Amino acid sequence: MSVDFSNNHFELFDLPVAFHIDEVQLSDRFQSLQRELHPDRFASATASEKRWSMQAASLVNEAHQKLRNPLTRASYLLELNNISIDEETDTQMDPMFLMQQMELREAIGDAPDAADPFAALDKVRHSLSEGISSCAKKFADASVSSSWDSARVVVREWQFFDKLKREVKVIEARLDD
Amino acid sequence: MAYSDKVLDHYENPRNVGVLDKDDPSVGTGMVGAPACGDVMRLQIKVGDDGRIEDAKFKTYGCGSAIASSSLVTEMVKGKTLAEVEAIKNKDISDELALPPVKIHCSVLAEDAIAAAIADLKEKQTAKAS
Repeated sequence: MSVDFSNNHFELFDLPVAFHIDEVQLSDRFQSLQRELHPDRFASATASEKRWSMQAASLVNEAHQKLRNPLTRASYLLELNNISIDEETDTQMDPMFLMQQMELREAIGDAPDAADPFAALDKVRHSLSEGISSCAKKFADASVSSSWDSARVVVREWQFFDKLKREVKVIEARLDD
Repeated sequence: MAYSDKVLDHYENPRNVGVLDKDDPSVGTGMVGAPACGDVMRLQIKVGDDGRIEDAKFKTYGCGSAIASSSLVTEMVKGKTLAEVEAIKNKDISDELALPPVKIHCSVLAEDAIAAAIADLKEKQTAKAS
Protein backbone atom coordinates (compact mmCIF):
# COMPACT_ATOMS: atom_id res chain seq x y z
CA MET A 1 0.00 0.00 0.00
CA SER A 2 1.51 3.26 -1.12
CA VAL A 3 -0.50 5.81 0.82
CA ASP A 4 0.73 6.54 4.30
CA PHE A 5 -1.69 8.73 6.23
CA SER A 6 1.09 10.12 8.38
CA ASN A 7 2.84 11.58 5.31
CA ASN A 8 2.50 15.23 4.45
CA HIS A 9 1.08 16.17 1.04
CA PHE A 10 4.49 16.49 -0.60
CA GLU A 11 5.59 13.10 0.67
CA LEU A 12 2.44 11.50 -0.74
CA PHE A 13 3.70 12.37 -4.21
CA ASP A 14 7.38 11.67 -3.46
CA LEU A 15 8.13 15.37 -3.82
CA PRO A 16 10.65 17.33 -1.78
CA VAL A 17 8.96 19.76 0.64
CA ALA A 18 9.52 22.97 -1.33
CA PHE A 19 7.61 25.68 -3.16
CA HIS A 20 9.05 24.86 -6.56
CA ILE A 21 7.81 21.41 -7.50
CA ASP A 22 8.10 19.14 -10.49
CA GLU A 23 4.55 19.52 -11.83
CA VAL A 24 4.92 16.58 -14.21
CA GLN A 25 5.88 14.32 -11.35
CA LEU A 26 2.94 15.60 -9.30
CA SER A 27 0.52 14.83 -12.10
CA ASP A 28 2.09 11.41 -12.96
CA ARG A 29 2.17 10.28 -9.37
CA PHE A 30 -1.38 11.53 -8.83
CA GLN A 31 -2.63 9.49 -11.76
CA SER A 32 -0.84 6.34 -10.66
CA LEU A 33 -2.24 6.69 -7.12
CA GLN A 34 -5.72 7.23 -8.54
CA ARG A 35 -5.38 4.03 -10.55
CA GLU A 36 -4.11 2.15 -7.54
CA LEU A 37 -7.00 3.36 -5.40
CA HIS A 38 -9.72 2.95 -8.02
CA PRO A 39 -12.89 1.39 -6.54
CA ASP A 40 -12.84 -1.35 -9.23
CA ARG A 41 -9.67 -2.73 -7.70
CA PHE A 42 -11.40 -3.04 -4.35
CA ALA A 43 -14.58 -4.68 -5.67
CA SER A 44 -13.85 -7.95 -3.88
CA ALA A 45 -11.98 -6.40 -0.95
CA THR A 46 -13.13 -6.49 2.65
CA ALA A 47 -15.27 -3.68 4.03
CA SER A 48 -12.34 -2.26 5.94
CA GLU A 49 -10.08 -2.32 2.87
CA LYS A 50 -12.79 -0.55 0.90
CA ARG A 51 -13.09 2.08 3.59
CA TRP A 52 -9.32 2.51 3.65
CA SER A 53 -9.16 2.93 -0.13
CA MET A 54 -11.87 5.57 -0.10
CA GLN A 55 -10.17 7.54 2.64
CA ALA A 56 -6.83 7.26 0.86
CA ALA A 57 -8.37 8.41 -2.44
CA SER A 58 -9.94 11.42 -0.80
CA LEU A 59 -6.65 12.35 0.89
CA VAL A 60 -4.82 12.03 -2.43
CA ASN A 61 -7.40 14.26 -4.15
CA GLU A 62 -7.20 16.89 -1.46
CA ALA A 63 -3.40 16.88 -1.47
CA HIS A 64 -3.28 17.12 -5.26
CA GLN A 65 -5.70 20.07 -5.28
CA LYS A 66 -3.65 21.88 -2.68
CA LEU A 67 -0.27 21.32 -4.33
CA ARG A 68 -1.17 22.09 -7.93
CA ASN A 69 -2.28 25.64 -7.11
CA PRO A 70 0.75 27.83 -6.22
CA LEU A 71 -1.15 29.94 -3.67
CA THR A 72 -2.59 27.00 -1.75
CA ARG A 73 0.79 25.25 -2.01
CA ALA A 74 2.42 28.31 -0.43
CA SER A 75 -0.22 28.40 2.34
CA TYR A 76 0.33 24.70 2.97
CA LEU A 77 4.08 25.26 3.35
CA LEU A 78 3.35 27.90 5.98
CA GLU A 79 1.04 25.44 7.70
CA LEU A 80 3.79 22.80 7.76
CA ASN A 81 6.01 25.38 9.43
CA ASN A 82 3.32 26.15 12.00
CA ILE A 83 2.73 29.65 10.69
CA SER A 84 -0.83 30.90 10.75
CA ILE A 85 -1.83 33.60 8.27
CA ASP A 86 -4.66 34.74 10.60
CA GLU A 87 -6.65 35.66 7.53
CA GLU A 88 -9.70 36.70 9.51
CA THR A 89 -8.18 38.22 12.63
CA ASP A 90 -5.04 40.07 11.55
CA THR A 91 -6.09 43.11 9.52
CA GLN A 92 -2.78 44.99 9.60
CA MET A 93 -1.37 45.27 6.10
CA ASP A 94 1.16 47.57 4.44
CA PRO A 95 -0.78 50.83 3.77
CA MET A 96 0.87 51.21 0.35
CA PHE A 97 -0.32 47.74 -0.56
CA LEU A 98 -3.87 48.56 0.57
CA MET A 99 -3.83 51.80 -1.47
CA GLN A 100 -2.88 49.79 -4.54
CA GLN A 101 -5.68 47.32 -3.80
CA MET A 102 -8.19 50.18 -3.56
CA GLU A 103 -7.02 51.52 -6.93
CA LEU A 104 -7.37 48.08 -8.51
CA ARG A 105 -10.85 47.73 -7.03
CA GLU A 106 -11.79 51.13 -8.42
CA ALA A 107 -10.51 50.16 -11.86
CA ILE A 108 -12.52 46.92 -11.75
CA GLY A 109 -15.63 48.82 -10.64
CA ASP A 110 -15.28 51.36 -13.45
CA ALA A 111 -14.44 48.81 -16.17
CA PRO A 112 -18.02 47.77 -17.15
CA ASP A 113 -18.84 51.44 -17.92
CA ALA A 114 -15.65 52.08 -19.90
CA ALA A 115 -15.78 52.69 -23.66
CA ASP A 116 -14.07 49.34 -24.14
CA PRO A 117 -14.84 47.26 -21.02
CA PHE A 118 -12.74 44.29 -22.15
CA ALA A 119 -9.67 46.45 -22.72
CA ALA A 120 -10.16 48.03 -19.29
CA LEU A 121 -10.41 44.60 -17.66
CA ASP A 122 -7.38 43.40 -19.62
CA LYS A 123 -5.37 46.20 -18.12
CA VAL A 124 -6.48 45.23 -14.61
CA ARG A 125 -5.75 41.58 -15.29
CA HIS A 126 -2.26 42.51 -16.41
CA SER A 127 -1.62 44.33 -13.10
CA LEU A 128 -3.02 41.34 -11.19
CA SER A 129 -0.78 38.90 -13.07
CA GLU A 130 2.22 41.06 -12.28
CA GLY A 131 1.21 41.16 -8.62
CA ILE A 132 0.77 37.40 -8.50
CA SER A 133 4.10 36.70 -10.25
CA SER A 134 5.84 39.02 -7.85
CA CYS A 135 4.22 37.26 -4.86
CA ALA A 136 5.25 33.85 -6.21
CA LYS A 137 8.83 35.00 -6.67
CA LYS A 138 8.99 36.64 -3.25
CA PHE A 139 7.50 33.56 -1.62
CA ALA A 140 10.00 31.28 -3.36
CA ASP A 141 12.92 33.41 -2.13
CA ALA A 142 11.55 33.72 1.40
CA SER A 143 10.79 30.00 1.74
CA VAL A 144 14.21 28.94 0.46
CA SER A 145 15.85 31.07 3.14
CA SER A 146 13.23 30.00 5.72
CA SER A 147 12.20 33.63 6.25
CA TRP A 148 8.74 32.55 7.31
CA ASP A 149 7.63 35.94 8.60
CA SER A 150 8.18 37.49 5.17
CA ALA A 151 6.65 34.45 3.52
CA ARG A 152 3.54 34.95 5.65
CA VAL A 153 3.20 38.60 4.57
CA VAL A 154 3.53 37.54 0.93
CA VAL A 155 0.80 34.89 1.16
CA ARG A 156 -1.55 37.37 2.83
CA GLU A 157 -1.04 39.83 -0.03
CA TRP A 158 -1.26 37.09 -2.64
CA GLN A 159 -4.77 36.24 -1.35
CA PHE A 160 -5.98 39.74 -2.30
CA PHE A 161 -4.69 39.40 -5.86
CA ASP A 162 -6.22 35.93 -6.13
CA LYS A 163 -9.60 37.20 -4.96
CA LEU A 164 -9.53 40.05 -7.51
CA LYS A 165 -8.53 37.69 -10.29
CA ARG A 166 -11.61 35.60 -9.59
CA GLU A 167 -13.73 38.76 -9.47
CA VAL A 168 -12.47 39.90 -12.88
CA LYS A 169 -13.43 36.50 -14.30
CA VAL A 170 -16.96 36.84 -12.93
CA ILE A 171 -17.35 40.33 -14.42
CA GLU A 172 -16.04 39.15 -17.78
CA ALA A 173 -18.49 36.27 -17.83
CA ARG A 174 -21.28 38.73 -17.09
CA LEU A 175 -20.15 41.04 -19.93
CA ASP A 176 -20.04 38.10 -22.30
CA ASP A 177 -23.72 37.39 -21.74
CA MET B 1 -27.11 34.14 3.16
CA ALA B 2 -29.83 36.43 4.44
CA TYR B 3 -28.71 39.85 5.60
CA SER B 4 -30.48 41.56 8.48
CA ASP B 5 -32.62 44.62 7.72
CA LYS B 6 -30.02 46.88 9.31
CA VAL B 7 -27.22 45.49 7.15
CA LEU B 8 -29.37 45.92 4.05
CA ASP B 9 -30.23 49.48 5.05
CA HIS B 10 -26.55 50.46 5.44
CA TYR B 11 -25.58 48.51 2.35
CA GLU B 12 -28.20 50.17 0.16
CA ASN B 13 -27.88 53.62 1.72
CA PRO B 14 -24.33 53.79 3.06
CA ARG B 15 -23.72 56.82 5.29
CA ASN B 16 -20.65 59.00 5.00
CA VAL B 17 -18.99 57.45 1.98
CA GLY B 18 -16.11 59.61 0.88
CA VAL B 19 -12.70 60.93 1.64
CA LEU B 20 -11.18 63.53 4.00
CA ASP B 21 -7.86 65.26 3.42
CA LYS B 22 -5.36 62.78 4.84
CA ASP B 23 -2.75 65.56 5.19
CA ASP B 24 -5.02 67.63 7.44
CA PRO B 25 -3.49 67.48 10.97
CA SER B 26 -6.98 67.05 12.48
CA VAL B 27 -7.74 64.01 10.28
CA GLY B 28 -6.80 60.46 11.18
CA THR B 29 -6.77 57.80 8.48
CA GLY B 30 -6.99 54.06 9.11
CA MET B 31 -6.58 51.45 6.40
CA VAL B 32 -7.02 47.74 7.03
CA GLY B 33 -7.55 44.61 4.97
CA ALA B 34 -8.83 41.07 5.45
CA PRO B 35 -6.95 38.44 3.44
CA ALA B 36 -9.74 35.90 3.98
CA CYS B 37 -12.13 37.79 1.72
CA GLY B 38 -9.90 40.42 0.12
CA ASP B 39 -11.84 43.25 1.75
CA VAL B 40 -10.20 46.66 2.00
CA MET B 41 -11.47 49.39 4.33
CA ARG B 42 -10.43 53.01 4.71
CA LEU B 43 -11.88 54.93 7.64
CA GLN B 44 -11.18 58.58 8.38
CA ILE B 45 -12.08 60.75 11.36
CA LYS B 46 -11.80 64.51 11.78
CA VAL B 47 -11.52 65.84 15.28
CA GLY B 48 -12.79 69.33 16.18
CA ASP B 49 -11.21 71.90 18.54
CA ASP B 50 -13.39 70.56 21.37
CA GLY B 51 -11.74 67.15 20.99
CA ARG B 52 -14.85 65.51 19.59
CA ILE B 53 -15.20 63.80 16.23
CA GLU B 54 -16.94 66.25 13.92
CA ASP B 55 -16.79 64.20 10.72
CA ALA B 56 -16.11 60.67 9.60
CA LYS B 57 -15.85 59.15 6.14
CA PHE B 58 -15.25 55.66 4.81
CA LYS B 59 -14.63 53.71 1.66
CA THR B 60 -14.93 49.95 1.75
CA TYR B 61 -14.51 47.36 -0.94
CA GLY B 62 -16.04 44.16 0.31
CA CYS B 63 -19.21 42.29 1.14
CA GLY B 64 -22.44 43.81 2.42
CA SER B 65 -21.51 43.18 6.04
CA ALA B 66 -18.15 44.93 5.68
CA ILE B 67 -19.78 47.95 4.05
CA ALA B 68 -22.54 48.05 6.68
CA SER B 69 -20.00 47.72 9.53
CA SER B 70 -17.95 50.67 8.30
CA SER B 71 -21.03 52.76 7.49
CA LEU B 72 -22.43 52.16 10.97
CA VAL B 73 -19.10 53.01 12.60
CA THR B 74 -18.93 56.42 10.92
CA GLU B 75 -22.32 57.18 12.47
CA MET B 76 -21.33 55.85 15.88
CA VAL B 77 -18.15 57.91 16.21
CA LYS B 78 -19.59 61.34 15.41
CA GLY B 79 -19.72 63.63 18.44
CA LYS B 80 -17.64 61.26 20.54
CA THR B 81 -14.26 61.95 22.16
CA LEU B 82 -11.27 59.82 21.13
CA ALA B 83 -11.47 57.95 24.43
CA GLU B 84 -15.12 57.13 23.80
CA VAL B 85 -14.34 56.02 20.27
CA GLU B 86 -11.55 53.77 21.50
CA ALA B 87 -14.10 52.02 23.69
CA ILE B 88 -16.11 50.88 20.64
CA LYS B 89 -15.62 47.15 20.19
CA ASN B 90 -16.47 44.90 17.31
CA LYS B 91 -19.24 43.34 19.40
CA ASP B 92 -21.06 46.68 19.55
CA ILE B 93 -21.07 46.69 15.76
CA SER B 94 -21.97 43.04 15.20
CA ASP B 95 -24.76 43.19 17.82
CA GLU B 96 -26.26 46.33 16.27
CA LEU B 97 -26.19 44.79 12.78
CA ALA B 98 -27.14 41.27 13.96
CA LEU B 99 -24.20 39.80 12.04
CA PRO B 100 -24.07 36.00 11.79
CA PRO B 101 -20.94 34.29 13.20
CA VAL B 102 -19.31 33.91 9.76
CA LYS B 103 -19.48 37.68 9.31
CA ILE B 104 -18.13 38.72 12.69
CA HIS B 105 -14.74 39.33 11.10
CA CYS B 106 -16.29 42.21 9.14
CA SER B 107 -16.97 44.01 12.41
CA VAL B 108 -13.41 43.22 13.55
CA LEU B 109 -12.22 44.94 10.39
CA ALA B 110 -14.23 48.06 11.32
CA GLU B 111 -12.93 48.05 14.90
CA ASP B 112 -9.34 47.73 13.66
CA ALA B 113 -9.92 50.52 11.13
CA ILE B 114 -11.00 52.94 13.90
CA ALA B 115 -8.02 51.94 16.01
CA ALA B 116 -5.71 52.59 13.05
CA ALA B 117 -7.35 55.98 12.39
CA ILE B 118 -6.94 57.01 16.03
CA ALA B 119 -3.31 55.86 16.05
CA ASP B 120 -2.66 57.94 12.92
CA LEU B 121 -4.33 61.00 14.46
CA LYS B 122 -2.38 60.68 17.72
CA GLU B 123 0.86 60.34 15.82
CA LYS B 124 0.09 63.57 13.94
CA GLN B 125 -0.80 65.39 17.15
CA THR B 126 2.41 64.24 18.84
CA ALA B 127 4.43 65.35 15.82
CA LYS B 128 2.73 68.76 15.93
CA ALA B 129 3.36 69.19 19.66
CA SER B 130 7.05 68.39 19.44
